[in-house]
Formats: sequence, structure tokens, C-alpha cells
Amino acid sequence: MTTAEVLAEIEKDVVFYDQSGGGASFSGGEPLLQHEFLVSLLKGCKRLNIHTVVDTAGLTTAAILDGVSAFADLFLYDLKTLDDAKHREFTGVSNVQILSNLRRLSDQQKPVIVRLPLIPGVNDTFEDIRRVGEFVAQLGNVHEIHLLPYHPTGTEKYVRLGKEFEMEGAVPPSADDLSLYVKELRQYVAGVSIGG
Amino acid sequence: MTERVRKLREQSINAVPHVSPERARIVTGFYKEAQFLSAPMRRAMTFRRIMEQKDICINDGELIVGERGPAPKATYTFPELCCHTIQDLDILNSREKVWFRVEESTRKEYSDSIIPFWKGNTIREKIFEEMTDAWKAAYSAGIFTEFMEQRAPGHTVLDDKIYRKGLKDFKREIAHSLETLDFLNDPEAYNKKEELAAMSIAIDGVLTLAHRYADKAQEMAGRERDAARKAELESIALVCRHVPANAPTTFWEALQYYWFVHLGVITELNPWDAFNPGRLDQHLYPFYQSGVADGSLDEEKARELLECFWVKFNNQPAPPKVGVTAAESSTYTDFANINTGGLKPDGSDGVNELTHLVLDVINEMRLVQPSSNIQLSRKNPDEFLKHACRVIREGRGQPSIFNADTIVEELLRQGKSVEDARSGGASGCVETGAFGKESYILTGYFNLPKVLEITLANGTDPRTGKRIGIESGDPASFRTFDDLLGAFKLQLRHFIEIKLRGNNVIERLYAEHMPVPFLSVLIDDCIKKGKDYNNGGARYNTNYIQGVGIGTITDSLAALKYHVFERKSFPLSGFLRMLAQDFEESEKDRLQLVNMSPKYGNDDQYADGLMQWVFEAFYDLVNGRKNTKGGVYRINLLPTTCHVYFGSVTGATPDGRRSGMPLSEGISPVQGADRKGPTAVLKSAGKMDHVRTGGTLLNQKFTPQLLESEKGIENLTHLVRSYFTLGGHHIQFNVVNAQTLREAQAHPEQHRDLIVRVAGYSDYFCDLGKSLQDEIITRTEHQGF
Repeated sequence: MTTAEVLAEIEKDVVFYDQSGGGASFSGGEPLLQHEFLVSLLKGCKRLNIHTVVDTAGLTTAAILDGVSAFADLFLYDLKTLDDAKHREFTGVSNVQILSNLRRLSDQQKPVIVRLPLIPGVNDTFEDIRRVGEFVAQLGNVHEIHLLPYHPTGTEKYVRLGKEFEMEGAVPPSADDLSLYVKELRQYVAGVSIGG
Repeated sequence: MTERVRKLREQSINAVPHVSPERARIVTGFYKEAQFLSAPMRRAMTFRRIMEQKDICINDGELIVGERGPAPKATYTFPELCCHTIQDLDILNSREKVWFRVEESTRKEYSDSIIPFWKGNTIREKIFEEMTDAWKAAYSAGIFTEFMEQRAPGHTVLDDKIYRKGLKDFKREIAHSLETLDFLNDPEAYNKKEELAAMSIAIDGVLTLAHRYADKAQEMAGRERDAARKAELESIALVCRHVPANAPTTFWEALQYYWFVHLGVITELNPWDAFNPGRLDQHLYPFYQSGVADGSLDEEKARELLECFWVKFNNQPAPPKVGVTAAESSTYTDFANINTGGLKPDGSDGVNELTHLVLDVINEMRLVQPSSNIQLSRKNPDEFLKHACRVIREGRGQPSIFNADTIVEELLRQGKSVEDARSGGASGCVETGAFGKESYILTGYFNLPKVLEITLANGTDPRTGKRIGIESGDPASFRTFDDLLGAFKLQLRHFIEIKLRGNNVIERLYAEHMPVPFLSVLIDDCIKKGKDYNNGGARYNTNYIQGVGIGTITDSLAALKYHVFERKSFPLSGFLRMLAQDFEESEKDRLQLVNMSPKYGNDDQYADGLMQWVFEAFYDLVNGRKNTKGGVYRINLLPTTCHVYFGSVTGATPDGRRSGMPLSEGISPVQGADRKGPTAVLKSAGKMDHVRTGGTLLNQKFTPQLLESEKGIENLTHLVRSYFTLGGHHIQFNVVNAQTLREAQAHPEQHRDLIVRVAGYSDYFCDLGKSLQDEIITRTEHQGF
């Protein structure tokens, strides 16, 4: 699809954005992997005065980030854990660049909502959560955290694809646990919600 | 809910629907003796006789009194329009759903005196006698239905006049009209005299009924041991002595006055959509304010009175049908549809405290009758819409939501004054009307996809092999898609003109034989003109033909255009063979049609442009054609449940729909064809020019989870406001999940109370037929906005 085609599709729903204050969200996969296309779409939306959101895991260069940030209105920014060793173990990459990019967006005063996936046995300890809260509290641009609790909805898909499901038996966090996490995070950030 | 209301509600739900022969007996008796009477006088005197002789009852604990029959859900019949046969009565008594008990004594009375008297003399028989062969052929092929073969024209709503004037005041107006008749110069003077005199007699009938209720209440008060109930019965007697004779002075009197008027209208004949108080919140508000100010009323008392009023509607099932429809009809609902909100006649925001109270009442009562809607204007506050959405969230399909601004625009386009337009609203399913001033008659559903089927067979109905259309060209000779469209439009004209011709005869039958002097008192300007409601007495006289299957016809044309004329993936001959064989042995091709064609409902201009073309063709052929009452024809797009019947008589369609399956419903996309979510559906539906219709119906279904939070409610309000910004006329929501519906289908006994939005009304899911149930389950279940 061309930029013009995507923009035409986005523009179809202007009547709804006008009523709800909504706009276009770019997610993925990872939209920054196609950052040139993304930037041309963001520019197009800016011209049309349509609010934009970029949903990213933040693993990119400072230059690319700056290019996108110049035209995006809001970032949804995944933060998995502050513990670099753990980050490497479960994602295969270090979180250093990711954290520095998040600070960079903070320096630019770009609005960001941090999204924290809660994976049982990986990053769902109080220590993990507290450290995210502390980190985010230092940033001036994050006023909201969305907790995204693990759910097993995809199990069936693994079975159908004949793949091994590595999270077999993992139990989603209980409602009680979740409310404790929310309470903990509220000490650092005003807006904490489950899902998003 | 008070203990009183809880009991009344329970009584109403548990009352056994049964056929009461009372009205048929009185009418038959009167017709036997009345020889030399004009039609209006005959009708008025029949009506007065019923009011004098009918059994009356005051139910335990009730505050608003009056039943149409001798008891709750004792349902009258109307043999002068259509007389039940013994077989009809047996079907009513024995059918699984929406049954009416028929006592042996009723059966006997029918066979001994009622049937013998009416045989060959009913309006229904007269209608079929007068219709041409072409009409009968199209009617039995399922091209259109005929509304007036069993029920009288009605489809109308009351304005505020009864809250300002008593029936005695109306009698004075009638007397004045009589005095000013000009027998020297007006050739119609005699007819007017008969009509006006009849109106006055009809009023006497209702005044008599009210006095009988007052006497009954007084007599019961005399015997009552419980002091509180004794006082209530005395109050009821006082109320019934004051109204409807005089203008009401209290909230209670206003409700009771309306209710007597309602009973009058639905006893006189069996008009479509019963009758309807219209803008109840606005009409009652002055009485609410003055009652609160002088301390005689508070919110709780007003709520209780409204809830007692609600129960009365639920006690009056729609009159049972005859013939085929006795077996098929699947609702007790009589389509009274109460309006709230909207605009005041001066154009300002019409929402008041009572609007919110009415929404609470809807939420608490959880009854299938009366139906309810909100009129939403851009001038109304969001909190009004949110309150309505919170009621909708409870999942009983009420209230439905109308675009008050579009309705005003529709009425203005039709030439109504701006005040009349603002005081109008919606009734029945989704029909636009000027309340208290318009006769807006739905005349029949029209099967748009069936006309394509006949076009593709050059005028023959493939189901029967009978030629019922014209020769619009051998499809093999169509070189372009426009050739096909041209042929379709020729067939469309042919069938619409057959329908219009028939309508114009049927309309005269009602005008000549079945005037409605009591209803005529209530609708402007019948008294002024000295003319009956059924004969052009109303200020505005509009007739409608309701197009059905816009989604199916659009997708069918899109599939033909795309696959046959553009991509040439199928030759037309092969395509037609596939349809003739109902896609047997061509499932792969069928799936290609279903999955690989442009579809209405996805904000795809390829398909939506064809929807617009069909709309224009239908509009051009109907809009502005003259009726016999000085008014014109217009179009509506709503099916009620007729898309199921029309589907059952329509063969396989080019969109991949199999023979016999339901057509698309309302202006909704074909079931399952919308794949881009509700916003795309609204965009597509918004491309229709709603302002040039008198109503369109759009159903959306959501699971309850989506609306759990206030955020969900907010999203729903944005969705509604967006659709209305696009000019949409109406939207309604079913909030249930498919799983619940399947469970209810399997175990109806555990889900008796499950109410779903069917079309322009809500009904108990378990009372619906299997195919309609299936259809509701498959309507796209939207999982996200």
C-alpha cells in the first residue's frame, strides 16, 4: 500500500475521531522497523490534523526515534523489566538502548504511556514492578501505566500450528495480585490501569 | 419498584392471552339491526355500543384503570375486517408460540353466529375480490405484503392536545364545525355532517366508559375493608369523573385520560401500531412540576403512576391474526413506542427530569410493551444519551435511538411546518410522523432481491415457473452491467405500480366502509375539515412502501458487476445455472462470491455506490406518487421480521446466499458480510440519504463486556453521535452474547425472560421462531468498536 492509500483509509473515520477525540494508532509487530513509511504517514496525519499514537518496544537508534517523535503525538512504550540480565535472557537483547530512548522521549517532553506486560514467573515480582515504578517516576512525560496481564488466549493457535507452547501451565495473575500491583505503581504514577 | 407495581407487573406477565369474543358479539349484534346508516354513523354507534356493554374490571391494586377486553390479555377480534375461521381459532389455541387460548364457548359462538354473519362481508374478502390477477400473482410470489388485509390503517401518534382539552371541548369544536357547514355551496356538506355527528357519538362512547369505571370504583370502594385501598378507589372514581370529559389537572389524571383515549382507539378498530402517547416526558412535565410544587406529587409517586401505566400496555397483546399469518405471527407486541427527549416545538432542548424518570421506568419494568425510544438531538446533553446507553446495556433492546435532527429534516422536506416537525418523532418500528397531525400509513413490505431474481429470469418467477413480471430482456443479451440495471429498473417499476394500484383501491375500501370517527377526533384537522382519518381528514396524509433486503440486493449487484461484467470470472449463463441449482456442487464458487466480492457494510464505495443506486431507483419510482387522500407515497427501509419471510420465497442470490435463507435485515449489511467493524457499517449506512425516507432501521449487536465500564458507555455514545453526524435516522443495540442466545435456544425454559431487539421492537427471544432466532444469533457480533 502507498502512503496515500493508507491515509485515505485513515481519513474515512474522521467523523469518529471528531466525536471521540480519537485518531490513528500505529502498532505492529514493530512499526519502527518501517520507520520511513511510518514517518510519511505521521506527516500525512499531521497535515490532516489527526491525532497519532505509535505503539513501540523502543529498540531503535536515537536518530530514528527522533525522526518519528517529531511527528507523533503520543507513544505507547513497552517496558518489560529494568533487570538487564533478565531482559537479555527472555528477549535476547539488552534493555540499555530501550531505557535510554525512553529518557530521550522524556527530555523531548513527548507524552508517553508505558505498557507493562506481566508475564508469570518472568517479571511479575514486586521487585520488578517497584523498579519500573521508580524508573518511570523520574521521567517527566509518563503519567500513565497500562498493566497488560498475561492471558492464554493464544494456546489454541500454537496447537493448530503444531508448535510447542512454552508457557504451558502458566497461570494469569489473579485479580487480587493485580490490585496489589496497581496500588504499588500508583505510588509512582497517577494513572495506572489494567489493560489498555 | 413498589410492592404494588411488582404485583401488577407479575399479574401482567402471568396473565393468559386469550381470545375474547365480546367485541365480535357486540359488533355482530349491532350490524344485524343497523340498516339505514351512513358508514361513519354505523361505525360510531357500533363503537358506542361496545363502550356501553363491554365488561369492565378494575384489577387488584391498580391506579390506572381500563382494559380493552373484559380482563388483562383478553384480546378482542375485529370480524368486520377479517373474521377468524374455526381453523384459525384452533391454530391460535394450539400453536407453540404466541398462542391465544380459545374457550370452547368462544369457538361455539364463532361457529353459531359470528362466522355465518360475516362470511363474504369482511374487508379482507373485499380486498382480495378487488385485486387484479397481476396483484395476486405478485402477492403470492412474495414480491410484497399487504398491511391492510387484517389490520386497519393507524400508524399514528397523539400530540399534546388532550392535556389541554377535555372531550367535552372536542364536542364543542365538532358542534361548531357542524354549525358552519354550507349545504348550499359545499357538495360534501352532507358527508361532513355524518362524519362530524359520528365523531360526537364516538366521544359519548368514551365518556360512558369512563363513567362506568368511576361507578365501578365507587362501588368497590363501598365494599373495600382496607382503608388505604378504599381511599385509592375513591380517588380513581374522582379521576374518572373528571377525565376524559375535562382537561386534566394532575399527573394522575393526565395518564388516565391518555389511557381512556388509547383504549378507545384500539377498540374502535385494530389500527397498526396500536396507539401511542408520543412525547410522554414533555406532555406530562407541566403536571409533574405543578404536582411537586403544591406537594401533591413527588418523584416516587410519579414513578409508581408511570409504572402502573406501563403495565396497562403490556396487558393488551396485538390482536391475533387470521389465515397463514395466524400460524406464523411471532409477537404479542402491538408496537406502541413511547418517545422521550428530542426538541420542544420552539426548537430548544426537550430533555427534562421526567425524561430521566421515564428511562428509569423502562429499566425497571422490563416489559416487551410498551416499546420505547429516545429522540436524540445535537441539542440534547450527553448525559441523556449516556443514561439511555446504561439502560441499553441491560440487554433488553430498549430504548432504541433516533436522530431527532434528521427526523425534523425529513418532515420539513415533506412540507411540514417547523413546529409540526419538531413535535413529531418516531412510532411503530422507526416511522417518522408529525404527531397528532398526520396519517402515515405503511402499506406493505417490498422484496427488492426478489425483483432481481425475476429480472434474471426475464419476468418469470423461477420458484413457480409462472410469468409474473414483464419481459425485461433475456439476460444472455445483457452486454454491460448497465443493461442489467436497466432491466431491473423496468421490473421494479412494473411491481411498484401493481402495488400502488392495489393500495389506491384498498384505501378507498377503508375510506368508504371503515371510517374511524373516534381516532378522527384526536388527529388534526379532521374536525375542522369534517373528514375522517381514513379519508384524508388528517393535516398530512402520507403512504409508505417499505423496501426490504437492501444489503442482499446491493451485494448481489456487486457480485454480478465484479465477477461477471468486470473480471469475467464467471459467464452470466454459468452464474445463473449456479443460482438455479442453489450452488449445489459449486461450493467453491459460492465461497468466492461470499469472500471475494465487494460487500455493503465495509465503507467500500464499490458496493456502497450500488446501494445508493438501488435507493435512488426505489425512491424515484415511489416518492411523490399520489394516494387517494390528497397526499403522496414515500419510502421507508425497514423489514420488521419480513426479511425472514421474503428470504423463504427468494431463491439463491448472486451474493452467495442460499435459497430460502433470510434476506439482510433493515439497512444492515448482509449477516456476516461486514468485516471491518461497526464504524465501517455506520459509514456505509450513512451513505444512504436518510432525509429522503420516512425511516430506516439499523441493528447493531454488542456483547455486554464491551459496555461494562463507563468508558464503554462513553464509546457507545461517541458511536451514536458519529452515526447521527452522518445523518443516520435510527440505531438500536442488542447487548447479549451469541453463547447466551444459543443456550436460550436449547433451553428456552431457563431463559424465558431473555428479551432481544428483533427489528423495530423487542421481544422475548423464546417466543421467536427457530429461523428468526438463528438469524439473530448470526447477526454479526461485534467484539470491539
